[in-house]
Amino acid sequence: MSERTENVSRHKLNVRKDENKEEMVQQVITFALMILFTLIAFSMVILDISSYFIKPILLLLAGVQVAFQLFYFMHMKNKGHFMPTVIMFGGMTIALATIITFTTIIWW
Amino acid sequence: MSNAIVQQRGIGAMIWDYITTVDHKKIAHLYLVAGGLFFLIGGLEALIIRIQLMQPDSNFISAGLYNEMITMHGTTMIFLAAMPLIFALMNAVVPLQIGARDVAFPFLNSLGFWLFLFGGLLLNVSWFTGGAPDAGWTNYAPLSSTSPGHGVDYYVMGLQIAGAGTLIGGINFLVTIINMRAPGMTYMRMPLFTWTTFITSVLILFAFPALTVGLFLMMFDRMFGSAFFDVTAGGNAIIWEHLFWIFGHPEVYILILPVFGAFSDIFSTFSKKRLFGYSAMVFATVLIGFLGFMVWAHHMFTVGLGPIANSIFAVSTMAIAVPTGIKIFNWLFTMWGGSIKLSVAMLWALGFIPTFTIGGMTGVMLGSAAADYQYHDTYFVVAHFHYVIVGGTVFGLFAAMHYWWPKMFGKVLNEKLGHLGFWPFFIGFHLTFFIQHFLGLMGMPRRYWTYFEGQGLATGNLISTIGAFLMAIGTLVFLYNVVYTAIKEPKASADPWDGRTLEWSLPSAPPFYNFKQTPLVRGLDPLWIEKMEGRKGITPAEPLGDIHMPNGSILPFLMSMGLFIAGFGFIYQVDNKLWFIAVAVGMGLFFASMFTRSFKDDLGYHIHKEDLIEKGDGKE
Ligand code: HEM
Ligand SMILES: [Cu+2]
Repeated sequence: MSERTENVSRHKLNVRKDENKEEMVQQVITFALMILFTLIAFSMVILDISSYFIKPILLLLAGVQVAFQLFYFMHMKNKGHFMPTVIMFGGMTIALATIITFTTIIWW
Repeated sequence: MSNAIVQQRGIGAMIWDYITTVDHKKIAHLYLVAGGLFFLIGGLEALIIRIQLMQPDSNFISAGLYNEMITMHGTTMIFLAAMPLIFALMNAVVPLQIGARDVAFPFLNSLGFWLFLFGGLLLNVSWFTGGAPDAGWTNYAPLSSTSPGHGVDYYVMGLQIAGAGTLIGGINFLVTIINMRAPGMTYMRMPLFTWTTFITSVLILFAFPALTVGLFLMMFDRMFGSAFFDVTAGGNAIIWEHLFWIFGHPEVYILILPVFGAFSDIFSTFSKKRLFGYSAMVFATVLIGFLGFMVWAHHMFTVGLGPIANSIFAVSTMAIAVPTGIKIFNWLFTMWGGSIKLSVAMLWALGFIPTFTIGGMTGVMLGSAAADYQYHDTYFVVAHFHYVIVGGTVFGLFAAMHYWWPKMFGKVLNEKLGHLGFWPFFIGFHLTFFIQHFLGLMGMPRRYWTYFEGQGLATGNLISTIGAFLMAIGTLVFLYNVVYTAIKEPKASADPWDGRTLEWSLPSAPPFYNFKQTPLVRGLDPLWIEKMEGRKGITPAEPLGDIHMPNGSILPFLMSMGLFIAGFGFIYQVDNKLWFIAVAVGMGLFFASMFTRSFKDDLGYHIHKEDLIEKGDGKE
C-alpha cells in the first residue's frame, strides 16, 4: 500500500519535473528570441532604413515582446489564468476604442 | 469581539466600532446610512428645483442658485446616493451568496467607504463656502473650466476622492468573486446578483479611470494654469466630453446592472421557480457590460462628430436594447406559471418592469442620431433618464432593501407600511416624469431656470411638481417603516421568504464570521436543492475548525481624512500659497497612515473551534 502511494507520488513528481523542464526550455527560447528582436530593432535604426518600414516593424516587434512577456514570463498561457486574461484583453479593447476615437474624431 | 460586548460598552464604543470596522456587514450599514442621508439631501434639492419650476416666471430661488441646485442634485444622486446604496447591497449580500467569510480585502473595503464619505462631505461643504458647483453634473468645459469661484473645484476634488473609493470597492469585489467562492460555487452557479456585481465591478474598473483622468485634467486647468480644455491656448474642450462619457455611459450601467441582479433573485424567490433562462441572463449581463463601452458618443450626437461616427454609435446604442429585452422577457417567463407571492419586494419589482421598459423605449428613440437633434437637451432626455434611473435603480434599491433587510438588520420590514409607501411613490413618479416627455417635445429645454407665461408649459410643470411631493411622501413612509420595524417588529427567522440562495441558510443577521463551516455548493440555488432533499441546512465543505479573522483598523479613516484636508489645500492654494500647508498636512497624514499599514504587521486573530461549539449554531 505505502509502496504504491510512493510510486504514485514519484510518478507525479516525474510529471512535474517534465513540465518544469518544458517550461524552462520555452522560457529560454523566448528569452533568446526577445534578445534577437532587440538586436533587429537596434540594427534597423543604426542602418538608417526608411522610417516607413521601420515604424510598423518596430511596433510589431514590440507587440510580440509584450505577448511573450505576458504569456511566457507571467504565465498567462498556463491554467488558472483565464479571468486575468479576459479582463486584461477587455481593458485593452476599451483603451483601444478610446485611442481610435481620440485619433479619428477629435484630433483629425 | 461579539456584538453583545460592544453593546454593553455604550454608544461611544459603538461609534468607534463602526469607524474601525472591516466587517463587510457593518460596512454595508455604513454605506446604507451615508448613502441614505445623501439621498435625502439630493431629494430635498429636487423638491427645491420642482418648486422653482412649479409656475411660470417664478422667483423662488435665484438663477445662480438654481444652477447650483441642479448640479448638486445630479452629482449627489448619482455619486453619493445611488452608488453607495448599491455598494451597501453588494457588501451585505455578495459574500453571503458565494459562501465567503468576508470580502478579499477587508481593509480596502473600509478604505473605499471612508474615501467615498469624505469625498461626498467635501463636495457638500461647498454650499457653505461661497457656492456649490454650478456647471451641471456633466461639468462640460469650457463652462466648468471658466466658472468663477471655487464651486467646480469642489466638484473636482470631491469626486476625485469619492471616485478613488469606488474604484477600490470595485476591485475588491472583482477579487472577492473570482477567488473567494465556496467549494462547488462555479461561475455558472452564482446567483444573478453576484453575477451582476461581478460585471459591474469590471465596468467600474474600466470606466472610472476615464473620469479620474478627466478630473485631473480639469484640476490642472483650474488650479495650476494648464490649458487642456482652453481653445484659445490650443486646447480642446471636446476632450472633456469624451472622457466624461467614456466614464458616464458605463456608469449608468453600473447603476442598473446590480439591481437587475437583485430583481432576478427576487422574481425567482417570489415566483417559487428557478430563474428562467439563467445562462441567457448571464450572457445578456456580460453583453450589456461590453456594449456599454461602445456607445458613449450617443450623448454627443449634436456635438458635430460627423455622420459616420454618429451612425456607428447610433447602431451600437440600439444593439444594447437586445440583451436588455432578453432580460425583460426572462423575468416575465420566470413569473409565468409560478406561484407568485405579492410581497413588497415583489411589488417594487413588478412596478419596475413597465416603468423601465418605457425608459428603454425612449432610450432607443434618443439613440437614433437624427431624431436626437430634436430631443437633445430638452426635458425629453430628463424624462428618459429618470425613467431608467428612478424606475430602474431606485425601484430596485427599494425592492432589494425590503428583500434583504432581514439579512442586514435581523428584522423583516413591515409589509403593510411597505405597500403603503409603494403607491404614493409609484404614482408620484409617473406623475412627475411622464408629463416631462411631452414638455420636452413641446420644446422645454433642460437646466433652464424658468419659463414664461403663455408658452403652454405651466400645467405640465405643475403636475410634475405635485408628483414630486407624492414621491417625497412615499419616501417618508419608508423612513417611518424603518423606525417602526426597529422598534415594533419581532426578530426575523433565518429564511423569511423561503429563499433559494446561500444567504438564507444563515441566521438573520448572520454572526460576524458568517459561515461557521464553509458550505458545499451542489448546484444553482444551493439552499433550494438542500430543501428539496429534505435537509435543514447546507452541507458543510469542511470540518469545524479555527476561523481566521482580520482586526479592525482606524487607518482607512485617517487616510481618507488626510485626503479630505489636502483637498481643501488644493482648492484654496490658488488664492493663497499658504494653503499648501494644508496639502502637506493632509498628504502627510495620508502617507503616514499608509506607511503604518505597510510596515506594521497585523495578522488578525483566530476564533477557536471550542468557542464556536459553545455558541451553538449561531442561530441563538
Ligand atoms: C435601451 C437602453 C438605453 C438607451 C438606448 C439609451 C440611450 C440614451 C441616449 C441616446 C441618451 C442621450 C440623449 C441626449 O442627451 O440627447 C441618453 C441619456 C441618458 N441616459 Fe440612457 N439609454 C438607455 C438606458 C439607460 C439606462 C439603463 C440608464 C441608467 C440607469 C440611462 C441613463 C441615462 C442618463 C443619465 C442620460 C442623460 C445624461 C445627461 O445628459 O445628463 N440610460 N440615453
Ligand atoms: Cu448613455
